[in-house]
Amino acid sequence: MNLKLKIWRQKNAQSKGGFVNYTVENISPDTSFLEMLDILNNKLIHNGEEPVVFDHDCREGICGMCSLHINGHAHGPDEDITTCQLHMRKFKDGDTITIEPWRSRAFPVIKDLAVDRSAFDKILQAGGFVSVNTGGVPDANSIPIPKPDADESMDAAACIGCGACVATCKNGSAMLFVSARVSSLAKLPQGRVEAARRAKAMVAKMDELGFGACTNTGACEAECPKGISIAHIARMNREFLSAKLKD
Amino acid sequence: MGNLFTSTIGRKLIMSVSGLFLVLFLLFHMSMNIAAVFSTEAYNAICGFLGANWYALAGTLVLAAGVVVHIVYATILTLHNRSSRGEQRYAVEAKPQGVEWASQNMFVLGLIVVLGLVLHFYNFWYNMQFAEIIGNHNLGPFAPADGAAYIADLFSSPVYCLIYLVWFAALWFHLTHGFWSAFQTLGWDNQIWLKRLRCISNIVATVIFLGFALVVVTFYVRSLGLCGAACC
Repeated sequence: MNLKLKIWRQKNAQSKGGFVNYTVENISPDTSFLEMLDILNNKLIHNGEEPVVFDHDCREGICGMCSLHINGHAHGPDEDITTCQLHMRKFKDGDTITIEPWRSRAFPVIKDLAVDRSAFDKILQAGGFVSVNTGGVPDANSIPIPKPDADESMDAAACIGCGACVATCKNGSAMLFVSARVSSLAKLPQGRVEAARRAKAMVAKMDELGFGACTNTGACEAECPKGISIAHIARMNREFLSAKLKD
Repeated sequence: MGNLFTSTIGRKLIMSVSGLFLVLFLLFHMSMNIAAVFSTEAYNAICGFLGANWYALAGTLVLAAGVVVHIVYATILTLHNRSSRGEQRYAVEAKPQGVEWASQNMFVLGLIVVLGLVLHFYNFWYNMQFAEIIGNHNLGPFAPADGAAYIADLFSSPVYCLIYLVWFAALWFHLTHGFWSAFQTLGWDNQIWLKRLRCISNIVATVIFLGFALVVVTFYVRSLGLCGAACC
């Protein structure tokens, strides 16, 4: 496959970026998208040019490090996968692929396609944990948890914190990410104890960091590589509002 | 309650409660209008009952407050959200699968609804309730309580019929998203209810659209005089 790439290049957070056009030749359809960028970077390094900076780590779709807005979609055109799981067979020979970094005020560009997602860490530090003493590892089934609750909690816990929800949301809202954390812990007895405090602290931090308000478009759910449901946002709203009304 | 109403969720709570209140009003207004289709006397009796009586004025003030709160908070949230998105926009943006067009254009749809509301006030409220408030019964071409005459006069014009139908269509789009979205914001258990609420939302929006449109279409057809005195 021969492809034209239109890649966002930006020296640092302060400088003004812009698109630079590249071409890559003889790419196998079985090459992963990030491998294709590796091939481009090899070519750039050989030519004495600066390689394109992009985030990645496990390349197995579980670490949440890779990002990239590809042809208008967070993590590219495929469904329920991260960029590292995207393969070139999803594109056609001769295609032009536009690659941009996540766009959100809370995710400033570090360089090229890499953005600073430490705002998510700050939200987690505000309340995304269990601090009560839950004792040692309990025997299996010693704390009975209804199957639907356990499933719902696990579904929410599948969030890898990649930021695709924020990148896709027209409001730059982080509510899917925050609600996944609030929901996964609130559905289990260990996390339930601090549910009210957690919802208040995490929402306050989310607001403080400048994320937008959710308008329930569902775009985040559609682009989330883990298919996290916006039903968790309803639960977070419920947890937050009931906690505030009790204050 | 701490700083509930300065938080994003608190502001959205205000949007959803005021929005649901306005949906209730729309259902009431629509029911009242439908009376005009079956009996102009019955409709005028309702107009006369409301008029500029204290309960109608109190209701109007509460309603106006609801509209103002809804618009003000929509503006605050939209400005905040635009700023959160950042200055640099995507060069290529594709609509994710399953995202309703209305959900991404609620503010624009709301603006169309407000513009239609201004025209509606000029066409009806000014000549009817406002005329009664200031005690000038000659403000419009008909008596303030003769609402049926105002309806018949306005909807004999195909241009006004079209404008009102476009207005109702904008309202339909706004409600298809706004109604279920309000329940989502209130924290309704959406693991079970999300699909049901979306369906109910479409039904409520469609009932409101058809109810209002029925009056416009009926009075336009009557104005054509095609069926004579026998049917209408």
